[in-house]
Amino acid sequence: MTYLELHGVSKTYGNGAGEVHALADVDLAVDRGSLVAVMGPSGSGKSTLLTIAGSLEEPTSGDVVIDGRSLATMSRNDKARLRRRTVGYVFQEFNLLAGLTAAENVSLPLELDGVAPKKAHLAGMAVLDGLGLADRASHYPDELSGGERQRVAIARAIVGERSLLLADEPSGALDSMNGEAVMRMILAACHRGVAAMVVTHDAQLASWADKVVFIRDGRVVDHTVPPPAPESFLAELPAPRR
Amino acid sequence: MSVRHALLALLSDGPKYGLQLRQEFEESTGQIWPLNVGQVYTTLQRLERDELIESDDRGEEAGPQNVFRITATGRKELDAWLSTPPDMTSPPRDELVIKVLAALRVPGVSVRDVIQVHRRYVVQLMQQWTRLKEDEAAFDLTFALVADAELLRLDSVVRWLDAADGRLQRAALDAPPAGTPGPLIRRRLVARR
Repeated sequence: MTYLELHGVSKTYGNGAGEVHALADVDLAVDRGSLVAVMGPSGSGKSTLLTIAGSLEEPTSGDVVIDGRSLATMSRNDKARLRRRTVGYVFQEFNLLAGLTAAENVSLPLELDGVAPKKAHLAGMAVLDGLGLADRASHYPDELSGGERQRVAIARAIVGERSLLLADEPSGALDSMNGEAVMRMILAACHRGVAAMVVTHDAQLASWADKVVFIRDGRVVDHTVPPPAPESFLAELPAPRR
Repeated sequence: MSVRHALLALLSDGPKYGLQLRQEFEESTGQIWPLNVGQVYTTLQRLERDELIESDDRGEEAGPQNVFRITATGRKELDAWLSTPPDMTSPPRDELVIKVLAALRVPGVSVRDVIQVHRRYVVQLMQQWTRLKEDEAAFDLTFALVADAELLRLDSVVRWLDAADGRLQRAALDAPPAGTPGPLIRRRLVARR
């Protein structure tokens, strides 16, 4: 079942001779429980796509629909509530608050949404525990490794009842094993029913997705098709040479 | 993949039967490269001929009843193989690179579209390897190492396609006027022939 839909989304910055078309007529859909990667080089419009999908930015034309609700007809307050309760964001730079512990960073979105501090703390701890980070809960961001910081950022993005996870180069600054751990966490969230969209230039990261959409100069130009079962893929590998 | 040297490696920790070697070979490559029995015995015969291994029943054809062990010469050969990097000095004749270079010369063909067809294919292959890696409980260390090697190899192909795409885009923007001499590097390559 489709959870996030983009219909004919375009975004233009500036006007006249300085007009820049960041996105042009983009259609995209992400189902519940699935991970879609949007792959493209720097300047292809993929980060703009993510911010528009998460209602952090308005499209110039077109519409975004989340869980059947069109953002175009939503009030500013409703959109703010949607961002607080439904959407989790992960950025390359982690964006954790330096003065808060890991647990406080994770429970912050719930507290901002009016959840009682104790209840928010318990929910935050439950997510950290589920991600194997319970022993790091009282550490401050500068006491955590890069990989741990990004895992805390993902915990913050999925705390509560969030059902849409949007990530911009989530493993960008990490080594391959930490990058893999981050993608495994995002995938685990999808297996619990979260719809996720990751934008990246990195093919290894994109290869974790159920579907990879290729974007070039602000347009969707191509996408992958669902791969065959792993068993048939293995069976067709060529034999070794002598 | 050198089956010959892989078999020597498997014999380095003790004598083994042919079928046992086949099973251990498949296990040691994460079962990515299945071997047939014929392949195992032909390779063993050649190793014995070259005195790199020996069997209990000398003179008879290699078969299931034979136990094979590595010789001192075989051990030397194995050590030399392990510490000798494969020849990577000259660029391989990569069909993908050749296709993109050829596409540059064909009128009416969008090279960037050719690049995208290959990018999609390689990313799909990477998705398949990643899916195999996804269930951590279902694979062992050797399989993970093989899958990582393949993913990194394919990743380097995508990176080259991305670089080629970017370079073509830049070249289209900076296209020199007609009649301009070719780039210096090409003239140098021609001069070296």
